[in-house]
Amino acid sequence: MDFNRIKEKLNILADAAKYDVSCSSSGSNRKNKVNGLGDTGNGICHTYTEDGRCVSLLKILLTNHCIFDCAYCVTRKSNDIQRAAFKIQEVVDLTINFYRRNYIEGLFLSSGIFKSADHTMERLIAVAKKLREEENFNGYIHLKSIPGASDELMYEAGLYADRLSVNIEIPTISGLKLLAPDKKHEDFIKPMLKVKNEIIRYTEERKIIKSTAKYAPAGQSTQMIVGATGESDKDIMYSATHFYKNYNMKRVYYSGYVPISTDSRLPALGSQVPMLRENRLYQTDWLLRFYGFSVNEILDTDNPNLDMDIDPKLMWALRNLNYFPVDINKAEPRMLARIPGIGMGSVHKIISGRKYRNLNWEHLKKMGIALNRAKYFIICNSSDWERRDLDAATIKGMILQSQNSKFKGQYNNQLSLFN
Amino acid sequence: MNASKTLVYDGSFNGFLTAVFIGFEQKLTHADIQKQGQLQSGLFAETETIFTNIEKAQRVWNGVRNKSNSAIKNIYFAFLSEQNNMEALIYRYIQKLMGSKYNGATDFSDDGVLKINQLAHKVGREKHRMEAFVRFQLTKDEVYFANIEPDFDVLPLISKHFRNRYADQQWIIYDVKRKYGLFYDLNTVEIISLDLSDIHTNSMQKSTAFTDVEYEYQDLWNNYFKSTTIKSRINNKLHVQHVPKRYWKYLSEKKAV
Ligand code: SF4
Repeated sequence: MDFNRIKEKLNILADAAKYDVSCSSSGSNRKNKVNGLGDTGNGICHTYTEDGRCVSLLKILLTNHCIFDCAYCVTRKSNDIQRAAFKIQEVVDLTINFYRRNYIEGLFLSSGIFKSADHTMERLIAVAKKLREEENFNGYIHLKSIPGASDELMYEAGLYADRLSVNIEIPTISGLKLLAPDKKHEDFIKPMLKVKNEIIRYTEERKIIKSTAKYAPAGQSTQMIVGATGESDKDIMYSATHFYKNYNMKRVYYSGYVPISTDSRLPALGSQVPMLRENRLYQTDWLLRFYGFSVNEILDTDNPNLDMDIDPKLMWALRNLNYFPVDINKAEPRMLARIPGIGMGSVHKIISGRKYRNLNWEHLKKMGIALNRAKYFIICNSSDWERRDLDAATIKGMILQSQNSKFKGQYNNQLSLFN
Repeated sequence: MNASKTLVYDGSFNGFLTAVFIGFEQKLTHADIQKQGQLQSGLFAETETIFTNIEKAQRVWNGVRNKSNSAIKNIYFAFLSEQNNMEALIYRYIQKLMGSKYNGATDFSDDGVLKINQLAHKVGREKHRMEAFVRFQLTKDEVYFANIEPDFDVLPLISKHFRNRYADQQWIIYDVKRKYGLFYDLNTVEIISLDLSDIHTNSMQKSTAFTDVEYEYQDLWNNYFKSTTIKSRINNKLHVQHVPKRYWKYLSEKKAV
């Protein structure tokens, strides 16, 4: 192997792939077969980039040659950049050798579209097939579903991949028309639909015949770029909800637009990446998926955007003070989960703890609950609680004041969004 | 009746459980259980040497497990923390567990329970970190070799993970701090101790023990790590929080090039 040439390609094709923020390698349950290599499980972050993102997969493009010219993409045809292409065997070797050294959980392979959607998809599948069949590799494989790829190929892809994804990128159809005029909305939807239907079919069959082969066991995901087309948070979250519901998405990712172009349709070079906004969207996503909120409770026509100063749960609580205060020792779990400053972990601790005794402030503090936020919304076994009739603006002001500036400028788009 | 006494065990987990058994048998309300060689008690305390007895250890293990599965895990993890005084904490935890009508392991309003949970949690985190941060280097005799230096004694906890994942390659993970390691020979995992002349960190100096190709792949990985960073989003605080500096010396991607 010519390592210098590989290094050049790797630099180009990893650099081009990094704007896809998905790093998940969880949700699959592939076991190591006949003393082969690898397995999948909860997904491990083997390291973190200097921008604080999880590195769990070798994330590269097969090639950054592309016949399309999507304005928001570094790989677009009209962009004057170095181009490169990996050979299939090169990707296989890199994956296996990184995996054996415990650098990664597997491969995330995407590509610019060369020749045609089908031609590109075929090559991606060839890599996955080789890994599974020739290398007996049972680690994680995430393949990009190329917009416009045929149903037959999407079917085949799911036989080797753990996860498939099509990035919708632009949350509104009008935005897509503006920035990627030669791409059609249907081209994104079609592979998504095929994958969804196959997943359902395989799950049904598995119920009857246990030995049914796996089809994309980690499901599919998509990504939306945030802040490229002047869309509102409501546009984004309603569209995310649509994908969760209608395409059984495992995850929707939100990626703050990183300026890469002088195109006047887009934010100028050097403008800030909207990282805080991205973080607020992830928090909202969590509220919808794990905390029992529905999207219209948080965003609607009157409130089309999230509050950047405070997290969305606090924002919701301040708009709905009539639900509070909640009695920690009596309230149902679903209501506990709605208290600002209390995450799901704390909800469980409260429920276990209150079986033994009525909980007071001291107990709550020891459980690690963020009382500086929660205290305005709860009562517990103590006569000492915030009984002043404060209005929403005052509470918000007091919470902001008490918040340590040490957290400012440090946002994490992975886990632990609420504590 | 003896309310307090120092029990000295051999440092093994079974030894410790035997000591717990003896403590319960003698109805000690406070058992000061200490590792041999680290005895710190006062001159006048009464001491008893405990001989590890698998059967007695097993009885404690089963007793706890019947009460609560999460408790048994907490106890083992907390034990591996090697923290000062964790023996006494665990002893009290087991007392509470056995005397409670629920399983006392979930009483998060109790200080001792919280403390054990926190210890177990820290050890659990270290286990995950090691599963993530082990960096194998391929030796000339085709063994994938890694040195680690974990905060807690997590080798017993990570063995299964590596055994399952790397079933078709020989590997060694060696704890430099505790001077023992695991060796998988394509069949079973064995505990080994080595006479290491060098500790293999990510230093720039190449060792003759490893293949040439090994350094090519480290180089590629190092490059990949750099190209996958988005410069306009650099956040070193977050980076260091996820990858604390004390682990850097074994990470090939943190090699200073
Ligand atoms: S088709 Fe994909 S790779 Fe090509 S320019 Fe559009 S987004 Fe970029």
